[in-house]
Amino acid sequence: MIFDPVFIRLKALFLDLCARFFPEWVVMLASIVISAVVILVMGPVIMMYLTLLERKLLGRIQNRYGPNRVGIWGLLQPVADGIKMFIKEDIVPAHADKIIHLLAPVVTVVPSLMVFLVVPFGNGMTAVNLNIGILYFVAISSITTIPIFMGSWASRNKFSVLGGMRAAAQMISYEAPMTLAIVPVIMASQTLATATIVESQGGGFGMNWFIFTPWGLLGFIIYFFCAIAECNRPPFDLPEAESELIAGFHTEYSGMKFALFYMAEYMNAFTLSAIAVTLFLGGWQGPFLPSWIWFFGKTFLLVCVMIWFRGTFLRFRVDHLMGFAWKFLLPLSLINILIAGLWFLTPAIAAWALTAGLVVASFFVFVKLNKTFVPEKRTYVLAD
Amino acid sequence: MVSLFREKTQRADGQVLEINFGPQHPSTHGVFRLHTLVDGETIREVKPVMGYLHRNQEQISENLTYTGFIGFTDRMDYINAIPNNFSFVLAAEKLAGIEVPERADHIRIIMAELARIVNHMAVVGFLLNDLGAAFTPLLYAFRERELILDIFEDLTGSRMMCNYFRIGGVKSDLSEQHLATIKKMAARLPKFLDEFETLLTNNEILCMRCQNTGILSPETAVNSGITGPALRASGVNYDIRKTDRYSLYGRFDFKVPLGKTGDVYDRYYVRILEIRESLNILRQAVAALPRGEFINKKTAAFIRSPRNFKPPVGEAYARTESPKGELGFYILSDGTPQPWRCHARAPSLINLSALETMCVGQKIADMMIILGSIDIVLGETDR
Repeated sequence: MIFDPVFIRLKALFLDLCARFFPEWVVMLASIVISAVVILVMGPVIMMYLTLLERKLLGRIQNRYGPNRVGIWGLLQPVADGIKMFIKEDIVPAHADKIIHLLAPVVTVVPSLMVFLVVPFGNGMTAVNLNIGILYFVAISSITTIPIFMGSWASRNKFSVLGGMRAAAQMISYEAPMTLAIVPVIMASQTLATATIVESQGGGFGMNWFIFTPWGLLGFIIYFFCAIAECNRPPFDLPEAESELIAGFHTEYSGMKFALFYMAEYMNAFTLSAIAVTLFLGGWQGPFLPSWIWFFGKTFLLVCVMIWFRGTFLRFRVDHLMGFAWKFLLPLSLINILIAGLWFLTPAIAAWALTAGLVVASFFVFVKLNKTFVPEKRTYVLAD
Repeated sequence: MVSLFREKTQRADGQVLEINFGPQHPSTHGVFRLHTLVDGETIREVKPVMGYLHRNQEQISENLTYTGFIGFTDRMDYINAIPNNFSFVLAAEKLAGIEVPERADHIRIIMAELARIVNHMAVVGFLLNDLGAAFTPLLYAFRERELILDIFEDLTGSRMMCNYFRIGGVKSDLSEQHLATIKKMAARLPKFLDEFETLLTNNEILCMRCQNTGILSPETAVNSGITGPALRASGVNYDIRKTDRYSLYGRFDFKVPLGKTGDVYDRYYVRILEIRESLNILRQAVAALPRGEFINKKTAAFIRSPRNFKPPVGEAYARTESPKGELGFYILSDGTPQPWRCHARAPSLINLSALETMCVGQKIADMMIILGSIDIVLGETDR
């Protein structure tokens, strides 16, 4: 456990050094600036290497190598991509609303970076331990809809508008079950602060994670599906459906503006996974290894699951997508709150049987109710 | 740009949107335009606009010798060049009354069925790409397609533009080594198809998206002249290999898979079944391959001196079951080394005629998969 607080010690060491030479307010300022700089650097770096990870993993899924020319294992590929994006011509459509067209990608990145503030990266490694951390996360991450719609509207392109409409409808729909899926966690930990939520999952050798309860498992599944829909990743990538809308809301973006949209998307994928880990998978809790290794390990595992989905699933259709959110996930997440309540009211062994039964039963009831479509088993005639 | 729907778009409530899918669009499979009227996400009207890839192929034939034009037929349906050769060569032989040696006929059938497998692999892969899979099924299908293209390259010198058939036979002989490779490939492919099917055919998203979308009734299909897998998916038993028994298809034992509903799913699955049937034919043809000439001795000289091939005055139409449908060549000869007129009945073009019937009332996403399931190649549509 020597390595656990290594980053905190480094920061304390630096601040001690500052305190010897500078007045107290400078030390305070430095403390804030260090956290801010770390997050501002970490966000884009994580995004860069997520793109590489995604391309590598997709390559392996697709029976090919993925990027391996720039640097060993293609490690410099994101840098090369970045340079390419910088020197690319920035095209603004003739009839576009120029100011909003410029503003949209900039505004997209801000909320994705702001969510990093409340993510507990390790034991005592939350940049700002807000006492309303989760509420802050829900509020900030829902802003993402607006810049996407700004961009799509300002491009003056019909494909962009269609993509923007889809994005708005989809992201608002999936916001509701996502927020409701978080509620049981708040009930269990009796706090909104992310760091405290993680601490409340610490019992039992650091393995007392919420996902190991029936309501936690159901909540995690609902949350994770919604998270994938929130950051527009396959199979819920309708706003940028390549085969239908060319590139959806960012059809008319090129160069660095496009890169900013991309950056926001990947940082969202990371932060949404990080919050899923915080809420359901015990955050940095875990035996033996340093807390931050546990946290990043779990988060990247979830990110890999997202990439795996992208490599294997087909895209939903618009009506199926909305039906899935409103008819399946939303009622299930409401029932999950009830189940979580029962879990805390009944004694331990009875609670397990009761809630597990309820989770399974309600799951199958809603699957049954939603079976408007049953895949047909077809037989084919082999004629002469 | 002139609107095709002027009156309809100028509605007071402003509900209808006029969009051009294409000519530059990732899912139109080439330079092809779908002039579409959408109400929200629902398709109201579709007008296919083609001609962007028009290259005057038929006109070019009038200035070329018959042998010279075989290479140009490759460029029509560039995904699978060999069936185009087949159809044209059959027409020319019919015109001049030329016999084809049995070995050459066997080689032709082997190559045509290999090309059918190549085509269906590509179509199913691209269809799944249109459905939103991030290239994974396509690349798996292409891995197997690559094996066949290797055979093509080895035998004809080119992977896609084979230019392999000649009047009265084929360009070069199939060696024992080629036969061994083909046998190995034919043994390997069923395993791949099983794998492909376990992953996809019963996938719930695929069923949800494909079943009962883009239904083509048998009547509409027949009335609009649709042929090929798209027709057979609607349940019409019409396969030119069976009806005409051209070349040696009468000798081989194979079935024609038929769908029932005529939706995208049936068109997808009929193609998978057709690959299996093609493998059947392939196995039989490889086993039955006789010894002998690979080109008619009299016409072999025309490879070196194509201007000596002067079919008598007359006309001929020959059709084959190309992977996309009925591909026919109609040639008019005036006794000179060049055809006086040559027309290609391109299945890609004619299969498009029912596109609007299938698309109206469906969603934008469905339109793309319907187009993908019809299987068009713009080189052939526009010629």
